Amino acid sequence: MEFWGHITTFFSAENYTLFVVGIGSGILCFASGVVGTFTYLRKRALIGDVISHSVLPGVAIAFMLTGVKNPVYFLIGAVISGLLAIWIVDYVQAKSKLKPDAILALTLSVFFGLGIVLLTKIQHSGNDAQSGLDSFLFGKAASMSIADVKLFSIIAIINIACILIFLRGFSLVSFDENYARGIGFNIKFLKSFLALLTVLTVAIGVQAVGVVLMAALLITPAAGARFLTNSIRRMLMYAGLFGFLSGVIGVFISYSGTGMPTGPWIVVVLSLFTITAIMLGKQRGVIARLKLRKGNHIKINNENVLKDIYKLADDGQKTIETSILLQQEKYATSELKAILNRLERQDYLDQVRGFIILSDRGRIAAREVIRKHRLWEIYLSKYFQMQEDHVHDDAEGIEHVITPEIEKHLIKLLERPEIDPHQSEIPY
Amino acid sequence: MNDFYTILTASLVAINCALMGGFLMMRKMVMIGDAISHAVLPGIFMAYYISGSTASLPILAGAAFSGILATLMIEWFTKKARLQSDAAIGVSYTLLFAIGIILISKWGQNADLDQQCVLYGEIEQISFWLQPIAFGIVLPKQTVILLAVAVLLIGAVIWGYKGLFITTFDPDFALSTGVAVTFWHYFLMSGVSLTTVVSFESVGAILVIAFLSGPPAIAYLLTEDFKKMLILACLVGILCSIGGYYAAKWLDVSVAGAISTFIGLVFMVVFIGTSLVKRKVDVIST
Repeated sequence: MEFWGHITTFFSAENYTLFVVGIGSGILCFASGVVGTFTYLRKRALIGDVISHSVLPGVAIAFMLTGVKNPVYFLIGAVISGLLAIWIVDYVQAKSKLKPDAILALTLSVFFGLGIVLLTKIQHSGNDAQSGLDSFLFGKAASMSIADVKLFSIIAIINIACILIFLRGFSLVSFDENYARGIGFNIKFLKSFLALLTVLTVAIGVQAVGVVLMAALLITPAAGARFLTNSIRRMLMYAGLFGFLSGVIGVFISYSGTGMPTGPWIVVVLSLFTITAIMLGKQRGVIARLKLRKGNHIKINNENVLKDIYKLADDGQKTIETSILLQQEKYATSELKAILNRLERQDYLDQVRGFIILSDRGRIAAREVIRKHRLWEIYLSKYFQMQEDHVHDDAEGIEHVITPEIEKHLIKLLERPEIDPHQSEIPY
Repeated sequence: MNDFYTILTASLVAINCALMGGFLMMRKMVMIGDAISHAVLPGIFMAYYISGSTASLPILAGAAFSGILATLMIEWFTKKARLQSDAAIGVSYTLLFAIGIILISKWGQNADLDQQCVLYGEIEQISFWLQPIAFGIVLPKQTVILLAVAVLLIGAVIWGYKGLFITTFDPDFALSTGVAVTFWHYFLMSGVSLTTVVSFESVGAILVIAFLSGPPAIAYLLTEDFKKMLILACLVGILCSIGGYYAAKWLDVSVAGAISTFIGLVFMVVFIGTSLVKRKVDVIST
């Protein structure tokens, strides 16, 4: 009941601050999800990590120069040092033999190290205003002031608007730079602008979840969204939605429990969304692919066993002993029994006391597989000039994959041949 | 003596990291080292929570295991879920780190562990942990563990050099000649996890990453010979520990942060130096 109590307080807007902060952090995470979709598509997930670590010295220097905790100054400092870090990564990569991974790790640790040096300097200087600067390390979404939230939300919304305006250009740059250049897009401008939007998003995001976890806000929503759709618009929508929900739920959890940090909860909720999407995605999801693979495996076993019986039983006319099949040693006894039982259930064959006979349905299926196999052998030897003794293995695999349409096409192309390269008849 | 203990501790971390980082860099896996160094957090918390310190060996092994778990998770995401590898790293380590922070915030008071020390360690207080070893020698507890791990790692690298070398530089050839590529992969990953876990308490995650990536990169700019590179990386690491420590003392700032920054400065000097030399050579040759 206490739980429901929390929820009703949350949404009743009685607790105005909490409501604003919840929505604000939702908008922040929405913006990172949307911007991060491009980071993900450009395979620059780890750059996000570098940017989020490297904003720290900028923030510290902004404070040292101005002496006040003004989010606008912080933002300017953060953006400058974030862009500098991206530039260094690109420059060193272009000018040395070092690989990107080493450059990324080095840049992020050095920038962060410098940030810590500056932070400790500020702390030891005894300036009273400094307290709370270290919230940049782990974020402080739950304790943001309403003014902060408003500012961040406005920037996040501007960000999203820019993405929508330049959607076509950004998508092209992410998928095929050369093509985009070919049809007259200004690649350099688009890339720089995207980098600026990313840094800006990171600079406001770190204030909510902290530097270490900011990378998750950029990448995790897009990673999950990718498993749900192939369309970039939908992907942006899903990523934004995952972000928004996690932002709101994260704030809510940290509010309802004592001593619960906000940023980490946002990331945990976000990861749950993403892992669920990875598991359940309709086409690309882990479970969908496992099912497909298992289905293929069953189909291949069925077809191979039917084919063997057909050949052993003189074109499927006779009854054969199960033991003859076993003697071929293609399958373990238990596996073969399982396959035979499955085939019997599906009316492909009948088993009577150690004997097997194909049904009409089984005969037709077996002939189909053999036909595809032999057609493919002819195709290989005719069009690829492959030796007759080389074509069998390839056909052994492809016979399970050829669709009726391709088969029709093959028959037409090969002018309905009668015999295969090994002089066996093709059953039509 | 405090100076000596701090520099000794940082240098030991530098040596451990340089050895592992050299191999990681050649395998283009430094960011996996970065991921592991964050992802061991839940394991470290468990270690602290149960024992009150990372000092006991079985728990150390448990924490190192959580590093292996992170690599397995990354592999699952890339191979089974077919997530692109950069995203797999990003998603895995942030989740584990987030879980670690939640555990620490909730129960960290009992385990004497806070969030800041996770990132930048407490090397300044290293001499609080002094304890007698033998023959009247006194060393901080963490330093002794780091020393043991350094000996173990140097031994492991010498013993397994051939396997590590061949699987790093020519994995296809290694595979075709029957070298156990997977074994050496996990051998290295165990080493990286162990290094990260034992270095964590004293220097924090950020300096571990700086040591894993910086000294090997600097050494690689200076030499192509891999053996020389490993030794040079260790020396650069020690040099940066000394330089960073005195810089920190002089400026009154965080030691871990100062050493990271110092590594960055050394890299900058070497990077500019080597590109100038290269340009001169290019000019002469044309």
